[in-house]
Amino acid sequence: MSDQAGGARTVPKMITGRFQYDDAHTIDRYRATDGYAALRKALDMHPEDVHAEIKNASLLGRGGAGFPAGVKWGFCPPGVWPRYFVVNGDESEPGTYKDRLLMERDPHQLIEGVLIGAYATGCAQAFLYVRGEMALAQERIATALNEAYAAGLVGKNVLGSDFSCDIVLHWGAGAYIVGEETALIESLEGNRGMPRLKPPYFPAAKGLYMQPTIVNNVETMANVPWIIRNGAEAYTAFGAESSRGTRMFAVSGHVKKPGVHEVEFGTTTFRELIYGACGGIRGNHTLKAFIPGGASAPWFYDEHLDLPLEAGAVGAAGSMLGSGAIVVMDETTDAVKATWRVVRFFARESCGKCTPCREGTSWLEKILRRMLDGQGRPEDIGLLLDLCDNISPAITWPPKQTTICPLGPSAVSPIASAIMRFKSEFQAYCGGGDIPTSVTINGAAYLPPEGAPAGV
Amino acid sequence: MPRFTAENTILAKEIIGRYPLPKSALIPLLHLAQEQDGHVTDDAMVHIAELVGITPAEVIGTCSFYEMFKREPVGDYLVNVCTNIACMLMGGEELLAHLEDRLGIRPGSTTPDGTFTLEDVECIAACTEAPCLTVNYRYFHKISTDQADALLDDLRAGRRAHEIPKHGTLARVRQTIPADARAGAAVPGESGQPVWMKPKDEPEGASA
Repeated sequence: MSDQAGGARTVPKMITGRFQYDDAHTIDRYRATDGYAALRKALDMHPEDVHAEIKNASLLGRGGAGFPAGVKWGFCPPGVWPRYFVVNGDESEPGTYKDRLLMERDPHQLIEGVLIGAYATGCAQAFLYVRGEMALAQERIATALNEAYAAGLVGKNVLGSDFSCDIVLHWGAGAYIVGEETALIESLEGNRGMPRLKPPYFPAAKGLYMQPTIVNNVETMANVPWIIRNGAEAYTAFGAESSRGTRMFAVSGHVKKPGVHEVEFGTTTFRELIYGACGGIRGNHTLKAFIPGGASAPWFYDEHLDLPLEAGAVGAAGSMLGSGAIVVMDETTDAVKATWRVVRFFARESCGKCTPCREGTSWLEKILRRMLDGQGRPEDIGLLLDLCDNISPAITWPPKQTTICPLGPSAVSPIASAIMRFKSEFQAYCGGGDIPTSVTINGAAYLPPEGAPAGV
Repeated sequence: MPRFTAENTILAKEIIGRYPLPKSALIPLLHLAQEQDGHVTDDAMVHIAELVGITPAEVIGTCSFYEMFKREPVGDYLVNVCTNIACMLMGGEELLAHLEDRLGIRPGSTTPDGTFTLEDVECIAACTEAPCLTVNYRYFHKISTDQADALLDDLRAGRRAHEIPKHGTLARVRQTIPADARAGAAVPGESGQPVWMKPKDEPEGASA
């Protein structure tokens, strides 16, 4: 963690403040650093007022879609009980590294956030779905929950109030797709983790056991204690108008100092993060491309460095802020290889429910692999793009959906990005070939900057 | 091919009781079976089906979806090397190739002595610490080939046994919900409006 440069005022570490302590995961340290003060405060408020505070804070979901948490909480149909609270701790989008830190380093902060959320929304039971591969996070949360139960902070009559809510720690078992909230619910019901057909669009209407269910990301819930303790007004004093508070970003790949940074949300730029906090590109190398928001995001380049880390600006430029995952590639990176590796991820993680994704991603992967193995054919560039066009017609941003969830259409992003920008690298693997006239590519980030020819 | 031990059967029933509907306990119980036997046996799945009240086919249906559940024996130590984009950029593939040479096996296979299974895995959320690997889901960040060699030597010699349990054991700390502190599962069709959700105009009463 490091402080963000720029700006005269100090931006507080709202969710990573305790990372400075080695024992931040213990209840003693947590209590000594304002821990559970927000829960006490919330229990003295009416649940509707707690909900209003989160709504007023404009807390955006930190899982990838960026939907306002307070609005989501309001989608529960009135009079339908019981309601459930589910925390999505299945962090596995390539490049994303924040929720694991929050769970391992400050599990009580997450528990306190969940208790406040359940109180505000009338959820009688909460489930913490932690990615299966994260053994330490599971141990830290189990220990923290055991401590919290012993202290009367969770379970029956929390702190002597009439609020009662069990938090059940639930381990996943290895499946990226379970990060999709309806797949997560299926998994929590004991089923194969396949996304549900929409509508209903929001689990808040019909979720776990078809009951109203709030699903929020770990980082989202980690913000809740700070907001309740300091108030929505203090929270909205930080960040851009559309993106309040702070946010964690993981910068990995070819930078001098890869790292996870909590910075002011929506005002910090990619340049400040990549060239400031992370020291710039390694060695004497130069930036080739960077992924701004996880494997699903179209790639960005030099001309995007001064964009703020804000969903609207990044979206208008043709990509997405996603899950706060920035992967930096220098000029030594083989664009075809990088594309193949990202596409292979989607091919391996497709749940197999929808044909365009199940068939499309695996064919894309096979063609790219063939090219890398020296067996590329001149028609392969056209074939790749034709497949992309079938998975997501017209290759737009945001991608058109032909599937129940966005996984399959996401595999189109790296291919369209790399072919439009680094076409000659693909041609070198294929013995030529060109973009077929039958295929249109429309995403803003796929198109070259003004005055520059495509694919050079 | 063992079923749950008496002790684990009690634990399994306790876990089932935490959930509003028993089938939700399926993944936790499959983890318990894997912890007991190192992998998920057919008999354990039959036992789970009996405990949860579903068919063995439904249990295997769920089990086979998740890559952490192994239905065949694997090595004592499952070495998972990340080769996804951030690790690929920082040498993850070279690390994997080195371990393939060193162990004499390809990803997805086990050394003849049953000590190591090697896997080539997708992003494990340690991207700023690339290249990285896990051994039985314990992380090793920014690991060089020399450090990986030393780690394998340590594991073979039993010098890491205190920090890395054999394959099957995930978290060594379990959640326990004391009976007197338990709020209880919220069962659909049984649980009504929570008492603390009274309309705003009514007096607060019991709030602390």
